[in-house]
Amino acid sequence: MNTKLTGLALATMMAAAPSVQAGEVEVLHYWTSGGEAASVAFLKDQLAASGVDWVDFAVAGGAGESAATVLKSRAISGNPPTAAQIKGPSIQDWGELGFLTSIDDVAQANNWDEILPEVVSNVMKYEGKYVAAPVNVHRVNWLWANPEVFRKAGATIPTTWDDFMVQAQKLKDAGYIALAHGGQAWQDATVFEAVVLGVGGADYYNKAFVQADMDALNSATTKEVFETFGQLRQFVDINSPGRDWNLATSMVINGEAGMQIMGDWAKGEFKVAGMNPGTDYVCVAAPGTSGAYTFNVDSFAFFNQSDADNTQAQKVMAKEILSTDFQRVFNLNKGSIPARLGMARTEFDSCAHDSMDAFVASSASGSLVPSFAHGMAVSEAVSGAIYDSATQFFNSDDSAEAGVAALVAAVAAAK
Amino acid sequence: MFDYLEKQLPKLILAPTAIVTLVCMYGFIGWTAALSFTKSRMLPQWDFVGWHQYERLFANPRWHVALDNLLVFTVLFIVIALFLGLMLAILLDRNIRNDGALRTIYLYPMAVSFIVTGTAWKWILNPGLGIEKMVRDLGFTDFEFRWLVDPDMAIYTIVIAAVWQSSGFVMAMFLSGLRGVDDSLIKAAQMDGASVFRTYWHVILPVMRPVFFGAVVILSHIAIKSFDLVQSLTGGGPGYASDLPATFMYTHAFSRAQMGLGAASAMVMLAGVMAIIVPYLYSELRGKKS
Repeated sequence: MNTKLTGLALATMMAAAPSVQAGEVEVLHYWTSGGEAASVAFLKDQLAASGVDWVDFAVAGGAGESAATVLKSRAISGNPPTAAQIKGPSIQDWGELGFLTSIDDVAQANNWDEILPEVVSNVMKYEGKYVAAPVNVHRVNWLWANPEVFRKAGATIPTTWDDFMVQAQKLKDAGYIALAHGGQAWQDATVFEAVVLGVGGADYYNKAFVQADMDALNSATTKEVFETFGQLRQFVDINSPGRDWNLATSMVINGEAGMQIMGDWAKGEFKVAGMNPGTDYVCVAAPGTSGAYTFNVDSFAFFNQSDADNTQAQKVMAKEILSTDFQRVFNLNKGSIPARLGMARTEFDSCAHDSMDAFVASSASGSLVPSFAHGMAVSEAVSGAIYDSATQFFNSDDSAEAGVAALVAAVAAAK
Repeated sequence: MFDYLEKQLPKLILAPTAIVTLVCMYGFIGWTAALSFTKSRMLPQWDFVGWHQYERLFANPRWHVALDNLLVFTVLFIVIALFLGLMLAILLDRNIRNDGALRTIYLYPMAVSFIVTGTAWKWILNPGLGIEKMVRDLGFTDFEFRWLVDPDMAIYTIVIAAVWQSSGFVMAMFLSGLRGVDDSLIKAAQMDGASVFRTYWHVILPVMRPVFFGAVVILSHIAIKSFDLVQSLTGGGPGYASDLPATFMYTHAFSRAQMGLGAASAMVMLAGVMAIIVPYLYSELRGKKS
């Protein structure tokens, strides 16, 4: 009896212990929806061709909140995955805690400094060394519009916020919902971000919402931002609280609503509905932001490994992520643009072309800014504070002064 | 030897549960308490900063919204659920036909999880899909019922859904209480010529005091730990107007890398639960001794 039990226990322990094989990557990610899963499967096949085993560690759940929670518990227990989907300033946080491993040799061997734009490569580095690899670039400041609705209402697609109010009023008068919007905190923040960039410009954006400079936040420009943002309340329908972003997109697709402000992942919805860019739907930069670009970059960060084979596999994976094949396939599926510059662009659609052009142009002019609504600009604590003030303001009748005061207080408390 | 074993057997059997409870409940309460005095952000960090996190917590307007909401929600939820549950129980206790079937109908919401309740009520209360649209389609085009999307009223929609879910359960508790009341007491009251109302008010309800107490304790802890209902019904919105302490704690500890602040809010919630449970335990234990 006793020996049997011990045997059983041993067997269980052996099964539970990580099976040590040559070259294996365990990848924590939250890409579980159709197109995203297909992209991940492609990476898996690429790695298999190089003799690296892929252990899938997908944690479903929206913006990766659940994945982040799982990652924290794995890291604390001393058993982090090989690579995990982490982005923006969080990479610095993990680097500071000493969990990340340098893949600088791979980066140098493959000229990452040259093929990646500097704003992107800076995010991927901790203390000057690459610790993460970018997979894509999303543009967040898009305005999606249904030209049919605009034609019927006799309105034109707005290019400034002042014009936006005029055209939106026309749509509203013609019986349409002017702005399709889902009243969830991150969507409120996405629209708020577009207003900040459109009203304040890139310099103000960087000072106030990237460096979280208190003087810039507590300024007349911020008040102007809140005034414009507050004017948008009247163009959103009464049912918006709690609505998911893709339902708002489908309101534009159905011709119920005229416009939506959302990142380029919205393109997938139009694509599935069989609509063509330029004719059935229009993608333009959010009002007042045509020369600017708020970017949201997804990336994989690499964790310290004790096993030498796995460290080797990690490097193969890092190299593969920046390969032209993976960047092309992944981004065609996801609606974003490749993180590496100078790739063939024929397969991408006109919205993606616009995005690529604007990316290069804004990077040269200094108006390429990280998206705070999507965790690229400030720490989670500060972006949470911005979320709270933006969503509270948008869902109330607060004056612009009150909005500024609440924002300043919340950011100061979160710093 | 055998006698000794037999004596120790209950202790032996209870030991694993006791150890698990000690570690997983009290151990982690202690751990959370310790965390709430550190400056932990993304991961636990042991730099102690005293009451700093509590000061930040009470300086946070969102936390005050959550506390106010908890008060409104708890009071309304308990009072309405108790009242409805009691009324249903009294009516069902009047020997009506098919009371078994009716009892099942009222009890069924209890079998549904709060997530399902929340989602169903989200649709029922949505102005463009639910009650408002239905009444308007009937011809009353000015009818408005927009609590769900009104920041001032959203918390009351959570009360509605929670009462719908729980009053059947309260009914079942009261019903078993009513059935347990000594018949001779009621007969005596009737002999004395008491009206039905007076019989209930002066004779039956006082006998049911323990049932009231049990119901209040169960309902109040449901109220304090409410999380799933809020998440699925309003998501804490519009804005953060219907946030409760539990949703506040989750947001800050897990998705905003403010573990210290989240732990502090969890400790304040614990204090709230203790404020209800301790007097209850005290009176219960004292009652047993006498």
